[in-house]
Amino acid sequence: MTLSFAILAGLTVGSAVAAMSLRNLVHCALGLVLTFAGLAGLYLQLNAEFVGFTQILVYVGAVAILIVFAILLTRGTEPANEPAAVSPWAGLPVAVLAFLAMAAAVLASPVDKRLAAPVPEVSVKTLGQKLMTDYVLPLEVLALLLTAAMLGAVIIAMKDKEDLQ
Amino acid sequence: MAEVFQAIDQFPVTLKTWLLGHAAGVMPEWALPLLSAALSITPILAVFPLLFALTTVIERKGLGRIQNRRGPNRVGIPLTNIRLAGFGQFIADGIKSLTKEDIVPRSADKVVHFLAPIALLIPVLLTYSVLPFGRNMVPLDLPQTGLLFFFALGASTELSVFMAGWSSRNKYSLLGAMRAIAQMVSYEIPLILSALTVVMIAGTLSLSGIVESQAEVRFGFLHSWHLFTPWGLVGFFLFLTAAAAEANRTPFDLPEAESEIIAGYFTEYSGFKFAIFFLAEYLGLFAMCGLGITLFLGGWLPPFKFLGFIPSWCWFLGKLVALILLFIWLRGTLPRLRTDQLMGFAWKFLLPMTLINLFVAGLWHLSVTSVPMTVRWIGGFALLAIPYWLLGRGFEAQVGKREYRFAN
Amino acid sequence: MTPLSGYLLVSALLFCIGLAGALTRRNAIMVLIGIELMLNAANLNFIAFWRFSEHPETQTGLMFALFSIAIAAAEAAVGLALIITIYRHFRTANVDKVEAMKG
Repeated sequence: MTLSFAILAGLTVGSAVAAMSLRNLVHCALGLVLTFAGLAGLYLQLNAEFVGFTQILVYVGAVAILIVFAILLTRGTEPANEPAAVSPWAGLPVAVLAFLAMAAAVLASPVDKRLAAPVPEVSVKTLGQKLMTDYVLPLEVLALLLTAAMLGAVIIAMKDKEDLQ
Repeated sequence: MAEVFQAIDQFPVTLKTWLLGHAAGVMPEWALPLLSAALSITPILAVFPLLFALTTVIERKGLGRIQNRRGPNRVGIPLTNIRLAGFGQFIADGIKSLTKEDIVPRSADKVVHFLAPIALLIPVLLTYSVLPFGRNMVPLDLPQTGLLFFFALGASTELSVFMAGWSSRNKYSLLGAMRAIAQMVSYEIPLILSALTVVMIAGTLSLSGIVESQAEVRFGFLHSWHLFTPWGLVGFFLFLTAAAAEANRTPFDLPEAESEIIAGYFTEYSGFKFAIFFLAEYLGLFAMCGLGITLFLGGWLPPFKFLGFIPSWCWFLGKLVALILLFIWLRGTLPRLRTDQLMGFAWKFLLPMTLINLFVAGLWHLSVTSVPMTVRWIGGFALLAIPYWLLGRGFEAQVGKREYRFAN
Repeated sequence: MTPLSGYLLVSALLFCIGLAGALTRRNAIMVLIGIELMLNAANLNFIAFWRFSEHPETQTGLMFALFSIAIAAAEAAVGLALIITIYRHFRTANVDKVEAMKG
């Protein structure tokens, strides 16, 4: 357990807890941004540079902005006069049980004995070649999905003509 | 003689290796990479804020001359009577902003209000680490993902704009912040697409690799900058336009214009925090210019091979200063765009033009051997000029014949 | 190099934090933030297993993570558009109050 891993993991988990438990929605969104940044650091530690920087570009640069815009447009800035959680005693035990089950599975399995391969020779060139040869079908389907999502989001959030009158 | 010029060209690198060599005997093993990084960063931290300070003075004097007046011309060396034609103005401005009272609105969100300027400055400073300033002078050489690092950090700056606008609890700040974010997000796409054209032709995301791909010498004396191709020329201007919009620079500075929205998202900032915002904005502009130079203007390469005796970092600085002067000139000349005109310009003009530019670059690359040079140039320009004209027609105001009505 | 189980434990922890938030918070946007956390935890799992695999040059884990990032972005966009429309109609973003189809 190296020091950099400990710092990054601590930052990520701490800001995830903050993101889920703070009252003010914008503070939660900013905690989420820190979580994304911590995760990008973990990806860089795992020698996945492209995915790490794509994580920052897409998640911090786009998804986080979407979330804060939605918070603004749904009046999240007014102080909440209702309790934030419906009943913490219903959801938390489920999550704790899930974590215990997963941790037990991880610690009992032989994955611990796996040794890290020497630093893999990944290049963006081979990534692009694979995208165009082995993974071309998911790529095209993803393009279709993104187009449909974009059109759908615009149409759903557009003001109806009747509302304007 | 050539060795002297070579030595001047590489003196930062030799200085750094000499210092590291001396420190290796003194410092422990784990501190050496940190020392190496610190030695790489120090010139950047010394040069670019100084360039920022000089740019503020030159901008005010340049704008003044464009507007038929002199800019500041009183402050020279402080505490003396030497005027220096006003070039000491940045010292006075710096002292003023450092000593002004730091006013935070009572209902503002203190933590977020405090963190917003820092959250803007850090990504902007990080983007300087991948720019090649000279031969062998890249602080951080990422051979696989250099350009992606730059754009990822550029995207992170939008969040601090939101933090600044929201934490001030001021409706106008929030409005300015939302407009600024919408503008930055919209103009990121033409920016990245025009940079992607260069990546496609150069075949690498590494910035020093992109500079190397422009090092080929044609006709015996001309370095093959990407600017000297039709797609490079158009792509460079598209990149500059998108970079001006990303940096909130006139004619795209509606989110922070004084006559429009007071100061937009940094209305409620005073003193040192405002100075940091100002610094971060200009540093962001310099970083974008630096990237444009690396992608299209050949980075640290001279245009002609016989001018190669001038050091490489001098070329980079000279091109950077030229681009800054171009931006100052644009600021003094062009009127501001309205928000809807701004958005329409990004989505309906710049985005199709960058896509067509990508297509033309592909055609250019594929026809290197088969088609003669003049046909490629004329074909390339025609394929770019016709959509430019057609897309531009959509923006003309509908003016009809003027009718005069007289009071009866 | 940290052993694989370290990364897997962090990923499991993130997943359960996201699960807890998605189950307990009332605001629809908080539920969406929880879902994003869960997706990110799964991504970390993929990258960790890719790095510790026998043949990392096939880059399967990287591909999965990249596609997952893109899909998560699309899903966040559509989900937030829906939340905005629901707010416009019901004047609240509280998931307990949106019960017009109940009973």
